[in-house]
Amino acid sequence: MRTPPVNATDTASPIRATGTHRLSQLDVLESEAIHIIREVVAEFERPVLLFSGGKDSVVVLHLAAKAFWPGRVPFPLLHVDTGHNFPEVIAFRDETVERLGLRLEVARVQDYIDDGRLHERADGTRNPLQTLPLLDAIAAGRHDAVFGGARRDEDKARAKERILSLRDEFGQWDPRNQRPELWNLYNGRHTVGQHVRAFPISNWTELNVWRYIEREQIALPPLYYAHDREVYRRDGMWRSVGPVSMPRATETIENRTVRYRTVGDMSCTGAVESDAASVDAVVREVALSTITERGATRADDRISEAAMEDRKKDGYF
Amino acid sequence: MTQALIDSQAPIDSRAPGSAQAALSAAETLAGGTLFRFATAGSVDDGKSTLVGRLLHDSKAVLADQLDAVTRTSTERGFGGAAGGIDFALLTDGLRAEREQGITIDVAYRYFATNRRSFILADCPGHVQYTRNMVTGATTADAVIMLIDARKGVLEQTRRHLSVVRLLRVPHIIVAVNKIDLLGYDEAAYTGIADAVRTVTGELGLGAVHVIPVSALAGDNVVDRSPRTPWYTGPSLLELLETLPVVDEVESALESFRLPVQLVLRPQGAVAVPAADAPAFRDYRAYAGQVTSGTVRVGDAVTVLPGGAGTVVTGIDFAGTELTEAFAPQSIALRLRDDLDIARGAVIGAAGTLPNPTKELTAALFWLDPRPLTPGDRVLVKFGANTVQAIVTAVTGRLNLDTLEQETATSLDINDIGHVTVRLAAALPVETFASSRRSGAFLVIHPQDGATLAAGIVTAAGIVTASGVPA
Ligand SMILES: Nc1nc2c(ncn2[C@@H]2O[C@H](COP(=O)(O)OP(=O)(O)OP(=O)(O)O)[C@@H](O)[C@H]2O)c(=O)[nH]1
Ligand SMILES: [Mg+2]
Repeated sequence: MRTPPVNATDTASPIRATGTHRLSQLDVLESEAIHIIREVVAEFERPVLLFSGGKDSVVVLHLAAKAFWPGRVPFPLLHVDTGHNFPEVIAFRDETVERLGLRLEVARVQDYIDDGRLHERADGTRNPLQTLPLLDAIAAGRHDAVFGGARRDEDKARAKERILSLRDEFGQWDPRNQRPELWNLYNGRHTVGQHVRAFPISNWTELNVWRYIEREQIALPPLYYAHDREVYRRDGMWRSVGPVSMPRATETIENRTVRYRTVGDMSCTGAVESDAASVDAVVREVALSTITERGATRADDRISEAAMEDRKKDGYF
Repeated sequence: MTQALIDSQAPIDSRAPGSAQAALSAAETLAGGTLFRFATAGSVDDGKSTLVGRLLHDSKAVLADQLDAVTRTSTERGFGGAAGGIDFALLTDGLRAEREQGITIDVAYRYFATNRRSFILADCPGHVQYTRNMVTGATTADAVIMLIDARKGVLEQTRRHLSVVRLLRVPHIIVAVNKIDLLGYDEAAYTGIADAVRTVTGELGLGAVHVIPVSALAGDNVVDRSPRTPWYTGPSLLELLETLPVVDEVESALESFRLPVQLVLRPQGAVAVPAADAPAFRDYRAYAGQVTSGTVRVGDAVTVLPGGAGTVVTGIDFAGTELTEAFAPQSIALRLRDDLDIARGAVIGAAGTLPNPTKELTAALFWLDPRPLTPGDRVLVKFGANTVQAIVTAVTGRLNLDTLEQETATSLDINDIGHVTVRLAAALPVETFASSRRSGAFLVIHPQDGATLAAGIVTAAGIVTASGVPA
């Protein structure tokens, strides 16, 4: 198998200033994302970035750092912690925040369960429970713009969403009545109580993200790369053995070399078998994959044909 | 590669699933090659979504789990036997309401790559009620595929979309005469429609259009040329998409340098650079924005509006990398020799090229809101990084979609394409859309609820003076 050539100049200088004036695809996507981030910061009073430590939010944070260099990223980060997150991802999240000298707000699903505002679901997944703490945190922080790392290639409902997506005071997305989005002129006007979700990497694919991580040498939580883990098989996915994801009597624990393509709740995110231990190996693996990122790894999207759409309508990211 | 595509009707090896070499080389394209954006258009049910689904499927861009899901849903919804029982439209019609009604409501964006190019495709709705979403998809397109149902020919909605595409100056128009299977692949029937299409595009003043007979359902002439249309000798749809030039890049390189200032970077001590370097950035000040056109180099003389002051570029920064030149569509930060009063909304341009700021302009509008526009209405308009108050002083005409001629009008209703005069509350360096697709476009916004009311393009503005300094 051929190793994709790594362009040395790519890493040194992100812009290829060739005489032909041709920007690479990553350069075009990067500049588009920086433009969006700057527009939102210029037009909104209190933006916040949803930061989970997952690869997409890490890339958005990296882009924000580039957009405002040599200044600091001019907005805080927000994480909705389900209490079922992978410990190594939380550790990575905290290290990153510390390194960049940023402020992180954490909204905890566990707090809501403890005091009865939310109830644990029968299936044990807490992904859908994130919406209420998220909306409360947006209201409490009086955030009028919320950056997210969602990409249109992730899901058929996300494929329909605008780059600047208006939400009503209940955080609801109305897919039948979205604002036109014309050229690269983003309309951030909103009324009291409304807010906007901004998705700077809407047009990036999973492969673009990995290519960019490779080019920019961006650090990620270690579980994105191949490692040995105790897992068991459920719904066609490898689940990690942990306090919130114990195997049933019929499921056997095995030791496998796996990696994660997405990082969400331990209770509903699956690992894929992989020996891609480095970023270039992951790039190759993603390029050859015959199954989508969410299809391979997310149990919560299999609930119904329109699981993502339904969650988004209710205010989910 | 292209030759193999044309000659062979068999599945193409390089695109076969599991062909690692092909996937990797497509992956190379995805990372490095040109990005080509295209959108679909045409009347409701002409087969736009089916066509893009077919295009994605036949170019092996549909992954196994997506295909499984779509196959399952097709069966559940009782889709007929054709195309292996798969309703390809479901690959883009992802909303619950779309699947229930069998129509597209809003644009779906999909991404795929071949060995030659990476594509961003926008599958737009045909229903007149969702014209605003079609305009959304078309504004960023390098090419539009206009579908026509071969049994129905050119409809009012076809003329509306063609008019939109013409006003937006979309660089390439491909007319796909679809459902040719239902006409028995008859050459004479196709030729009749192709002639009618060329008459309409001629009347609209559209330049060269590519016309292709296709069957989205059966896959004829979508990726491979079909043996069932031996009388058609042109390229398949995909071959065309892979080879059309990216006009935007060429055009913007020829235009003068423009940088609308999004914000001023002035960290004043709150820097993200290592402590040892911090003192060097104490007085750092740069103007951040995305180059809309042209090229700028360190040492270039530039003019800044408002004010009209001239200065010189002393540095071009991109996140810690100093560049010697920058061009569209790079997002950069520009350092200037002189301390000028420059804030968001200012425009920096090559010296002597900026138009005279004006408060008066004439424009074409695509009216996208159910509330009609009447003369005297107060609105906001957004040009680049500038949002200013404005009054629509007159409605001077409207496009009649039957005759394709201007008719008199006193108001604009939803989906009308009209002409207006506008007075701005503050003078702006407005440029015509004819001179630059990047600088001559604007939004019309409702001043209270913030709704986007119209897409606007400037047809005439102030006079360009030689010095770029306001008279
Ligand atoms: N026989 C035949 N039927 C087709 C062809 N293409 C599409 N259809 C059928 O035409 C109908 C409409 O197809 P869609 O792809 O949903 O049409 P659309 O243009 O996307 O419609 P909107 O997005 O709602 O404007 C469906 O029943 C398709 O199966 C074709 O080439 N031949
Ligand atoms: Mg459709």
